[in-house]
Amino acid sequence: MSTAPGIVAIALADRLAQRARWQPVEIVFWAAAAASVFLLPGKHIILAEIAILALFALSLDLILGYAGIISLGHAAFFGFGAYCAGLLAQHHLIDEPVLALAVSGLAAAALGFATSFLVLRGSDLTRLMVTLGVALMLREIANRFDALTGGADGLQGITIAPVLGRFAFDITGHAAYVYALAVTFLLFLAARRLVHSPFGLSLRSVKGNPLRAAAIGISVNARLVAIYTVAAGYAGIAGALLTQISAFCSLDVFSFDRSADLLLVLIIGGTGYLYGGLIGAVLFKLMQDWLATMTPQYWQFWIGLVLVAIVLVGRQRMAGWLYCARGLVPDMLRRR
Amino acid sequence: MPFALETAGLSRQFGGIAAAKDVTLRVERGARHALIGPNGAGKTTLINLLTGVLRPSAGSILLEGRDITRLAPHRRVGLGLARTFQINQLFADFTPLETIGLAVSERLGHGGDWWRVAGSRLGLNQDIASVLERFHLADAMHEPVSTLPYGKQRLLEIALAVACRPRVLLLDEPAAGVPEEDRHEILASVAALPEDVTVLFIEHDMDLVFSFARRISVLVNGTLFAEGTPEEIARDARVKAVYLGEEAVDA
Repeated sequence: MSTAPGIVAIALADRLAQRARWQPVEIVFWAAAAASVFLLPGKHIILAEIAILALFALSLDLILGYAGIISLGHAAFFGFGAYCAGLLAQHHLIDEPVLALAVSGLAAAALGFATSFLVLRGSDLTRLMVTLGVALMLREIANRFDALTGGADGLQGITIAPVLGRFAFDITGHAAYVYALAVTFLLFLAARRLVHSPFGLSLRSVKGNPLRAAAIGISVNARLVAIYTVAAGYAGIAGALLTQISAFCSLDVFSFDRSADLLLVLIIGGTGYLYGGLIGAVLFKLMQDWLATMTPQYWQFWIGLVLVAIVLVGRQRMAGWLYCARGLVPDMLRRR
Repeated sequence: MPFALETAGLSRQFGGIAAAKDVTLRVERGARHALIGPNGAGKTTLINLLTGVLRPSAGSILLEGRDITRLAPHRRVGLGLARTFQINQLFADFTPLETIGLAVSERLGHGGDWWRVAGSRLGLNQDIASVLERFHLADAMHEPVSTLPYGKQRLLEIALAVACRPRVLLLDEPAAGVPEEDRHEILASVAALPEDVTVLFIEHDMDLVFSFARRISVLVNGTLFAEGTPEEIARDARVKAVYLGEEAVDA
């Protein structure tokens, strides 16, 4: 009780910073991702898709897992970024992909800022409907202005210049995967930094109890606007990546399915610890890939079943079973 | 010199019901001012109006002479007005350390820093440590708030408001629900608040009110019914009637 505040203060610094320290399992995760570049050269196309989905899911996790904003229209920003990147390349406004990526991300962030004011108030249901509505409207705007966007045919005839003027995209997907993985990793680092900062702490407080957060002087709305803007930028960069590595962009980038799948990905992986979106993206894509070969027509049945199981049983309980099972296995071996 | 907190004709309607009716209240600087009244008298409504959780239908609120009637709740905190809640409003998955750290870093204007790791400012940490020590929370500072005993949570509820370093502090039933053996800790922490902090508090516990308050306002049906020193209120037959019912006065 009578410890000097000075000593406590130093201990505090240590303890508060502890959450931000890198865990061994995190290093293993990223080492595995880097290893996949060399060990799975034949899978780079699907791996690039996974990296993009992971980045997109990370973006949703920033608003859902850290600020409690649920969205059924996150594809609005993904699609906006995708079309920005497509138009920049088609009209040769910015040829260098990294620069075009940054500009597309900023454009999506600006759209996120403008629409963030629609999700400040209201219940989860209101937010679901507002975000869904915004995505639907954007899709129809893209459809309507077909002179610019190509309408239902999509943006045709895009050529993407080599990344940084050196690494050209090709049919193997090597450059595409390394590019998508590198961008996802860098943006992950920034997101990790952000959630462990005082700003990240205040976001969690806003999610947990907005009434009290305001009562200690936190501007709840300013926090929500800020994170929604950042998340929109992330989603826009994910969309721009897709356009760049596929050299194509169609209305599908705004689709409701894309937003709904994204929510699925995050629920499979879990929210609020940053890796949920990444792990969810890997599991979702692998499951989709595997099930689609097993039962091409009915693969969504199994995705649906997994979803129901996760939501009803709960991830923690399943993790508990796994833990028990792991304890049982050596027991059984010993008995034999 | 202006009052620490002052309302003029403050009213709030809920449909046809007036939860606050023409309340004109003056709280002096450094006051220990109790707000009492029967259940449903509108005490918490008044706190919600003062802190900006509710918008008044009419009237105005002055904080140290400055009109704050239309300010958002978080702006009022910045001007030195903080509160506690009747039912704990804490962050269940935070530790007391994170909870207090949040308030202190917000007060010092670092709450929006997004590039720095939380906990990396030493001066700020000393501030956090001293609040935790004062409220006997240092031992439990790494436990999740949801696992703390109720008495500790109640202390944290008050500590969190104090961490905002308010000049005017509103306490909504600080001792509500606290078990007998923990009460002295709550009372001691309230009594130890710096003299220059103005305290306006709601309380049902008359022992606490009469031992702590230097001025008492009685609220009945949303209106100020009586006001005075504890002695005056204790002698007031009308107040007795409100509290104990008519027969008590006859007896």
